[in-house]
Amino acid sequence: MIRPFGLSDILLIAEAIRWTLALSAIAFAGGAIGGLAIALARTADARWLRTLAMLFIRLFQGTPLLMQLFLAFFGMNILGLAINPWLAASLALTLHASAFLGEIWRGSIEAVPSGQREAATALGLRYYDRMTSVILPQAARISVAPTVGFLVQLIKGTSLASIIGFTELTRTGQIVNNATFAPFAVFGTVAAFYFLLCWPLSLMARRMETRFARATTR
Amino acid sequence: MYAFNFAPVFAAMDQLLVGAWMTVKLSAAAMAIGLVVSVVCALAKTSGPRPLRWLVDAYVEAIRNTPFLVQIFFLYFGLPTIGVRLDPNSAALLALVVNFGAYGTEIIRAGIESIHRGQIEAGTALGLSRLQVFRYVVMKPALRTVYPALTSQFIYLMLTSSVVSVISATDLAAAGNDLQSKTFASFEVYLVVTGIYLALAVGFSAIFAAIERAVFTYPLSR
Repeated sequence: MIRPFGLSDILLIAEAIRWTLALSAIAFAGGAIGGLAIALARTADARWLRTLAMLFIRLFQGTPLLMQLFLAFFGMNILGLAINPWLAASLALTLHASAFLGEIWRGSIEAVPSGQREAATALGLRYYDRMTSVILPQAARISVAPTVGFLVQLIKGTSLASIIGFTELTRTGQIVNNATFAPFAVFGTVAAFYFLLCWPLSLMARRMETRFARATTR
Repeated sequence: MYAFNFAPVFAAMDQLLVGAWMTVKLSAAAMAIGLVVSVVCALAKTSGPRPLRWLVDAYVEAIRNTPFLVQIFFLYFGLPTIGVRLDPNSAALLALVVNFGAYGTEIIRAGIESIHRGQIEAGTALGLSRLQVFRYVVMKPALRTVYPALTSQFIYLMLTSSVVSVISATDLAAAGNDLQSKTFASFEVYLVVTGIYLALAVGFSAIFAAIERAVFTYPLSR
């Protein structure tokens, strides 16, 4: 039975934003931990660590997020776990975010002038102190804009979780569309909500980028 | 302990390779058409009248801040309601072109803006024709500037194109879906499919790097 697309449908779709936000938050939190580990490994002295981190990044940047989600989804079954879209989506998006954030933060760490590292070493600081009190605070400033930019990509990426049965914004849109068959209105609404989430972040990233570029030239 | 079973996957390797070829064709076509869209939009954005600039801005921002999956649903399910019927492969191509066009516009615009006015004036002063100035003074250095961004955008496009399998377009991911529904060796199928995507991404990066070395190695100023 087809019912008209109305206010209640818009509210239903709006309510699903929280699941998109929750999944994005989990992926970003997990990805921040994983990404830091990858970035540190990528800039480590030990060659095998650098190679390992590079392979991890290549693997996740060179394959579709959709396939990563499928592998997490079906891989859990192989490990004898019950199929759970929440867990599969969180795992796949966390690993995905770890690779991308790892690469972004590697760049930020390497952008800190090498004199800083040499000076810290000359002052007798060990790796931990050198990183936490000299390198990382400076790298963090450099990394803010591209990190916010990646957040946009991650929020958009969570829409693919709908394909493995995770009910978030896009999946709710599909369900509403099946009942109302008003695809332009339904997916236009869904797109508008994504836009409201992503556009402010995009603007923020761009503004920070230009401000940072202006502050660091000359 | 789970027993991996790759035999049915490798037995159907030809199906997957046909899918991979479709993915390559679809991405290449989307890139080629998308580049035309990008150049036109970038020109409109850098030197068009103001309303046109706003229109291009709205297009670029709308596409870059919404997921590709929603864009393809919007087009594939929406267009038939206004009487435009597209088969899944055409809808997939259309969605990829629209998506790539937005990212490409920004890349090409950055390239055009990287050429200083003085360069063009110098070219004209040297007695080059307008076409020569456009070809050698604007296009070649602009292309060299944006080439790395364009090629990584192509690889990103190719990976994103796996999403078109959800509207039953016949690409590599769809070939994987088809095979897993027949064999039930889901993990094995997607592992091999993921491997093929990785090989495509690595292969194309290598080809693009070789082209860059062959075409764009002329001395840089400064």
